[in-house]
Amino acid sequence: MAEAGSPGRSGHRLSINAGRMVYEAREAVADLFGASDPLRVIFTRNATEALNLALTGLLGPGDRVVTTGVEHNAVARPLFALKHRGVSFDVAPCDRAGVLDLAALKDALRSPVRVVVINHASNVSGALAPLELISPLVHEAGALLLLDAAQTAGALPIDVGALGIDLLAFTGHKGLMGPQGTGGLVIGESADPGEIEPLTRGGTGSRSELEDQPDALPDRFESGTLNGVGIAGLGASVRSILEVGVDAIRAHDMALTQRLLEGLGDIRGVCIHGPCDPERQTATVSITFAEHVVTDIAFRLDDEFGVMTRAGLHCAPWAHRSLGTLPDGTLRLSAGFSTTIEDVDRAVEALKQVTSA
Amino acid sequence: MTEHGFVLFHTTSMAMRADRTLRKAGLPARLVPTPRQLSSDCGIAIRFELPDQELILGALSDAGVEPAQVAHLETPG
Repeated sequence: MAEAGSPGRSGHRLSINAGRMVYEAREAVADLFGASDPLRVIFTRNATEALNLALTGLLGPGDRVVTTGVEHNAVARPLFALKHRGVSFDVAPCDRAGVLDLAALKDALRSPVRVVVINHASNVSGALAPLELISPLVHEAGALLLLDAAQTAGALPIDVGALGIDLLAFTGHKGLMGPQGTGGLVIGESADPGEIEPLTRGGTGSRSELEDQPDALPDRFESGTLNGVGIAGLGASVRSILEVGVDAIRAHDMALTQRLLEGLGDIRGVCIHGPCDPERQTATVSITFAEHVVTDIAFRLDDEFGVMTRAGLHCAPWAHRSLGTLPDGTLRLSAGFSTTIEDVDRAVEALKQVTSA
Repeated sequence: MTEHGFVLFHTTSMAMRADRTLRKAGLPARLVPTPRQLSSDCGIAIRFELPDQELILGALSDAGVEPAQVAHLETPG
């Protein structure tokens, strides 16, 4: 970053270079999600901050939210905090694979509702929410659809206009393969930014004489110095995803998921908690063991085989309640674009060894 | 002192969009600190040669760039 200063803070060449990098990242993200205008891409530190911005910015006393039984704490905790401020919410249940009960969602949408917040894919079971079925229901109910795309951005094709997504929260460090500390909120044409109160207020490098926060996008929501270094990296990674194509990434993930599910199915005493179908899930697979504790197996996989997994509740106790895996949680394996079939086979072989011993 | 044209913007992001539009179109213009005499919403502005004004404003308008203000000013150099 020797060639970039602070974006939007000055007119010298380093500041302008930084501003260009940030703008190009906005364009790349807008392209990826089919957003009409790069200025409707609001950068945040992560998906959690984007979800907090949308939820706390939109909701006030008397408002009602409908959500699902596989939400991450990034949604659950803001909703509990909002409850103390007079916002109510109902949770449409998910089954033991983490799949949303659409009939229950329909029922929940019979009463007035302002926002429906949906996890696009469970970060525990990988189960995908059928957006093409959900979004018409949400809009018939007169609500806004806020999508938590932390698990799916870059891994599945997402077009905010075609899928009827009013607000999309994403993180940079997972499927987008960008740096940690980057993420954002995409405000669709169907949502009014004026209805969202900013999470932070302060310097924007614009309208400095004005005492009120400016309304223009993205400045309304982006106060203080941005993570210019991280956002430049995110722009580069999103451009490479656009080159490779999300469809190719999805095909790769599905092939690995198929291989992983087949391999796990052959191991005695392993129980898979999820759809067990690459078409209906991401490349995230959660398992438990008849005769072993998940954290013991996770430690041995890493220590003896260099296979890194995550055991426990994955910041998503709601999802584990749906799956019936409380209080111990699951061991989660996930594949990404850099994972190979050989990696999957090695992980399965390692699991065979640690569970037989 | 030379008279130049300036396009001013409400936000840095809009200035960046303008810069990108003009670069893509191969039009000569550059981002500069907004001259204090013009005041402004945003610290950076596009400076252009007066004969290019029509082309530049046309390209910006086609790209959906919304200027806060267009002005002429004599500046050193």
